[in-house]
Amino acid sequence: MGYDPKNPMEGRITDIGPRSYEEMLPPIIKANKGKWLYHEIPEPGVLLHVAEGGAECYTVRVGSPRLVSIEHVREMCDIADAHCEGYFRFTTRNNAEFMVDSREKCDALIADLKGRGNKFPIGGTGACVTNIVHTQGWVHCHTPATDASGPVKCVMDDLFEYFTSMKLPAQVRIALACCLNMCGAVHASDIAILGIHRKPPMIDNDRITGVCELPLAIASCPLGAVKPAKATNSKGEEIKSVKVNADRCMFCGNCYTMCPAMPLADPEGDGIAILVGGKVSNSKSAPKFSKLIIPYLPNTPPRWPETTEVIRRIVEVYAKDARKYERIGEWAERISWEKFFEKCDIPFTDKSIDDYRLAYDTWHTTAQFRYTSHTDAYTK
Amino acid sequence: MAKHDTPMLDELEKGPWPSFVTDLKRQAETHPECWDILGQLELSYEDKITHWKHGGIVGVFGYGGGIVGRYSDVPERFPGVEHFHTMRVAQPSGMYYSTKHLRAMMDLWDKYGSGMTNMHGSTGDMILLGTKTENLELVFWELTHDLNQDLGGSGSNLRTPSCCLGESRCEWSCYDTQDICYALTMHYQDEIHRPAFPYKFKFKFSGCANDCVAAIARSDFAVIGTWKDDIQIDQAAVKEYMAGNFPANGGSHKDRDWGPFNINKEVLNLCPTRCMWMEGDELKIDDSECTRCMHCINVMPRALKPGKEKGATICIGAKAPILDGAQFATMVIPFIEISKENDYENIIDLIETIWDWWMEVGKNRERCGEAMQRIGLANFLSIMNVEPIPQHVREPRSNPYIFWKEEEVPGGWERDIIEFRKRHAA
Repeated sequence: MGYDPKNPMEGRITDIGPRSYEEMLPPIIKANKGKWLYHEIPEPGVLLHVAEGGAECYTVRVGSPRLVSIEHVREMCDIADAHCEGYFRFTTRNNAEFMVDSREKCDALIADLKGRGNKFPIGGTGACVTNIVHTQGWVHCHTPATDASGPVKCVMDDLFEYFTSMKLPAQVRIALACCLNMCGAVHASDIAILGIHRKPPMIDNDRITGVCELPLAIASCPLGAVKPAKATNSKGEEIKSVKVNADRCMFCGNCYTMCPAMPLADPEGDGIAILVGGKVSNSKSAPKFSKLIIPYLPNTPPRWPETTEVIRRIVEVYAKDARKYERIGEWAERISWEKFFEKCDIPFTDKSIDDYRLAYDTWHTTAQFRYTSHTDAYTK
Repeated sequence: MAKHDTPMLDELEKGPWPSFVTDLKRQAETHPECWDILGQLELSYEDKITHWKHGGIVGVFGYGGGIVGRYSDVPERFPGVEHFHTMRVAQPSGMYYSTKHLRAMMDLWDKYGSGMTNMHGSTGDMILLGTKTENLELVFWELTHDLNQDLGGSGSNLRTPSCCLGESRCEWSCYDTQDICYALTMHYQDEIHRPAFPYKFKFKFSGCANDCVAAIARSDFAVIGTWKDDIQIDQAAVKEYMAGNFPANGGSHKDRDWGPFNINKEVLNLCPTRCMWMEGDELKIDDSECTRCMHCINVMPRALKPGKEKGATICIGAKAPILDGAQFATMVIPFIEISKENDYENIIDLIETIWDWWMEVGKNRERCGEAMQRIGLANFLSIMNVEPIPQHVREPRSNPYIFWKEEEVPGGWERDIIEFRKRHAA
């Protein structure tokens, strides 16, 4: 028996949830859950966890493009079957982790992984650039302002040496979201790559009647820029529609999410903004939002050179200048944001000055500041 | 479906990072629709714009979430991706898999899908990318009947809860993140599958303040492990770190010469409250000043451990920027015990108190954190039956605009202007 379209409710099973995690744990994990004493990182990409009683778990972390084929996942299963008793896991940053219970098995596992071309790069531990959390982009999404998998591939190619080593002052978490919806939650990342639009929505008056609830489209605008309006469709009929006050549009795209007849994506309008200095962890300083330092870089497929170049520059200046354990945001706050812009040779523009809600919280309301090249007009 | 020329995407086969283009080409050998994924993506690279249409409501009977409809806007050129719907499959807590289960999942997607996946989506689900409308019920049937596995959430519902790996392989986890994540996922299947909320609602469970699952940045209800007694110190291990015998931070910085370990520089002076000091060769901590940030424990994992009386801090209301701007979750419950003994009843009570209020007052597409901002934190605490404490704010307000309630003012607000004028001429 299988699904019967004539009796869709017949034999239906619902609300059974995911499989229990308990069925999925590797033996070394299952035996020592809750008993771990400490961990070390013997080499980049390898974690050693030691449990009460001396049991050891070696984990080998490998990068992944996140967009992976079933053949790729099956190959991961082959590796796990050969070395890890048929279990492995994924991390919250799209890496995969293979776990074994001895150094010998770990060495054999590493040799196997290295023998498979560049499919399973080992790294992503400690003071490194680990895998980029990202979204769908042009591969699958209907609202993106840039691609996701492509720019991620280019940035990781460029920063590869930092994935496979641990030579930075602290971990650098990069994330990419292909529009302001931020499915990739880039708002608290050391470096955020964010797809943005720069043209207001068009109104498709031939479609709007059939696909939009106008009150929802109007209410969707946080700045009240979408108003009800009469319009004429291409058949010459007068219809109820909306108009957009372009001067008030902040290009968030929320109207398009609510109303498919208001597309705003555009080859010249769309591109990438760079934000830096966010963090999620509570370690040392409180979690921080990423701050906008570059308002716009063009979409330049296939290799996005403007984006990769500026990110490398930030990482290298940070690597040279920051103190041990200092995250990018902590470093920028210590040296001051004015010095950050100067040291990274990034032009400061009015676009980095907040003018949305709570903007005043970011204004500089003290006579204390650093003299930098930005103040030369006053001092030189 | 024929192979298309993809000169731009071919450039993404170069470089040391694994290439999704190479992977798609490999999969296209057995799933020719992958040629159309590549072809349409190449067209997007030429046009610098997406070629996916907006919308398409598809699903399986009885569920309002778990499937995202997707259609190509150039189906005549790329018929293999004319329909390209996504299925979100709820992941096992901690994202561990047996290869037996994962292979069965891949076999299912081999049979009905495009052959492509995301391991995993941003919220945590396993994402099966690209199938046709007519396959959805067939996949769901086999998923539930043969694989004992359900879909996750999408739309205005409880999104698939997620957690860090917790006690399974981390010495710092202050509770069993996997167990509570699984238990609440099972408890709230209806809320995950049938959208009844103003907007999405996310739970995330992190075992400690390092917050590897980004709960404080990304979840409406963030459960972040902590403790209420003293950090456990092994003084002998402290000496080993100081002697350079144990690697600082587990060896996380070993590819660069940062000089010998310096406990002052690396631990004591980086403590946000400076509550640690050395007395001779003994490490002292004034735990009453500790904010449990994890830094010292991160740096000396063999010498320092979270306390013994563990639980969690509950922070509420995080979200990404759309619409009112990004919000971190606000600390509401300083400490709560997390125990499977009571089936997480205390956590369930908190969640349902929020939901009862938010489902009543939340506007369409208003996240819990935005509704909190709209009514104010003081009102929200009162809804949560939580007494206000200084820990709820970074600093007291600096304006005097208090919304006094009538019952707080002796005599109330009703006054007689005629009586007033008898004493106070206008």
